[in-house]
Amino acid sequence: MSFDGFKALNNLSLAIDAGELRCIIGPNGAGKTTMMDVITGKTRPDAGTCFFGQTLDLTRMTEPEIAHAGIGRKFQKPTIFENHTVFENLELAMKTDKRAWTSLFAWLSQEGRDRITDTLKQIRLDREADRLAGLLSHGQKQWLEIGMLLMQEPQLLLLDEPVAGMTDDETERTGELFKSLAGKHSLVVVEHDMAFIEQLGGKVTVLHEGSVLAEGNLATVQADPRVIEVYLGR
Amino acid sequence: MRTPFTLRFLSAMPRSGWIAMGLFAALTLVVMPALHLFVPESSPFHVSNYAITLGGKIMCYAIVAVAMDLVWGYAGILSLGHGVFFALGGYAFGMYLMREIGTDGSYHSHLPDFMVFLDWKELPWYWAGSDSFAWALVLVLAVPAVVAYVFGYFAFRSRIKGVYFSIITQALTFAAMLLFFRNETGFGGNNGFTDFKRILGHDITSPEMRATLFALSALVLMLTLLAGRYLVMSKFGRVLAAIRDAESRVMFIGYNPLHYKLFIWTVSAMLCGIAGALYVPQVGIINPGEMSPANSIEIAIWVAVGGRGTLIGPVIGAGLVNAFKSFFTVAFPEYWLFFLGALFVGVTLWLPEGVVGLWKRIRARVAA
Repeated sequence: MSFDGFKALNNLSLAIDAGELRCIIGPNGAGKTTMMDVITGKTRPDAGTCFFGQTLDLTRMTEPEIAHAGIGRKFQKPTIFENHTVFENLELAMKTDKRAWTSLFAWLSQEGRDRITDTLKQIRLDREADRLAGLLSHGQKQWLEIGMLLMQEPQLLLLDEPVAGMTDDETERTGELFKSLAGKHSLVVVEHDMAFIEQLGGKVTVLHEGSVLAEGNLATVQADPRVIEVYLGR
Repeated sequence: MRTPFTLRFLSAMPRSGWIAMGLFAALTLVVMPALHLFVPESSPFHVSNYAITLGGKIMCYAIVAVAMDLVWGYAGILSLGHGVFFALGGYAFGMYLMREIGTDGSYHSHLPDFMVFLDWKELPWYWAGSDSFAWALVLVLAVPAVVAYVFGYFAFRSRIKGVYFSIITQALTFAAMLLFFRNETGFGGNNGFTDFKRILGHDITSPEMRATLFALSALVLMLTLLAGRYLVMSKFGRVLAAIRDAESRVMFIGYNPLHYKLFIWTVSAMLCGIAGALYVPQVGIINPGEMSPANSIEIAIWVAVGGRGTLIGPVIGAGLVNAFKSFFTVAFPEYWLFFLGALFVGVTLWLPEGVVGLWKRIRARVAA
């Protein structure tokens, strides 16, 4: 993957197991967001492969196809539908037939309604169901976006700085939620908040200049002299 | 449990909406035509030819405004070329009207006058079947739909958005205007089509025909509002508004915006086509001027004045602006465009939600 000769990703090789919770760290410009762009089909790599499971080559699929294949993505900046209610945000995200023609005659079923209610409780927004999403606090918007991902029932969740702008209390609850999701889903979390990564406790991958610099548990990675050098500068 | 479709449709609008619709129907389908046809001209209650034609014309504009709002207000696609779909519908029906003249034209030929003037000996191939009313109706819907679909497919697939899309639509209508100005195109060049005589054998200037066209325009306007209401209340409408607000999020939760945009874009163009076909017999002329870029911009102004993202707003906007226009172009003809420009600037600055937004604010203040 290169932009005008600058390689954003360079011989990056990364494998995530089913049900794994993986944290990705790295200084600015390390290629964390670009990697997510490649996985979700937003940008296409010049060379290389990106497989989901054994058979799906993600580099040949469009964004909606990838979403249907079971990959959900949370953006760095919370992206929700501000002029829709919280309930409608979740309804739109719910896993279902999403073709235009079907949407013309679609009607929310009781099971669908129940699923939305369950997710609302899970993300602690059940009291805000009928509020416009644009009126939520920053932390609540982050949670709503996570809730939208859950409604998609993805196998893999990509979470780009999910706790940015959250209070310590909210951050801790988010950590609990992610840990409870691991096992059923695979999670890839990009974060700068080391305390949060410690709480999650999974394997950590350090990216630098588009490639993997180190991999292992947080303590090992933090002790690695190359990682220290990259973070503290030369 | 599944709610029956009819019940869902009825619940798409509050009771006050249905009452207003009923009153409008009674007025436009019964009262106005009756006052035009059965009340003698000497009576103060008589509705004149001028009034009934102006009313019909404005309702055609209102259909276009609602169609425009479906793509602009709800899907966030600002088209500055909607006049082209209106004109295409008008030309499609105009071809039939030209053939209905028969041999009553100035040259008493079975060919339209402008073709005789160009010394053409037979109809071009694309005029085949234009003497059939049913074929004319097919063309009125199909021509704008095909043009919109093909144009929309390439524009939306290439993810052309915002001001770039608006500029391309301006270019589209301008190019179409230049094409239709040419005599060789076979649609009457500068002069377009005029001097219509009949529809289905009935005199086009008779009071009965005027009243019928007026009532038909009202009926189509009401059906457009109902269909629009259903569209925006459906899940389709919610996805459309979501595309307007955060398109990338919509893609990453698995919707393909291309299909949604293309559907509403094509439906909107077809509505404009129908409006054009109703407009042409009422005003008695169609020429390439209808495709001028300024006309398409005016459509956007109607919607902005009335209130984007509401269905009744565009109807009010089209009515208000055109009522002003009828007055202004008679009283101070040179100043109309200045007034229109000032109106647009004023609405953008002080009434971003148009007349409907103003009404909501007043009601909120009274309630508080």
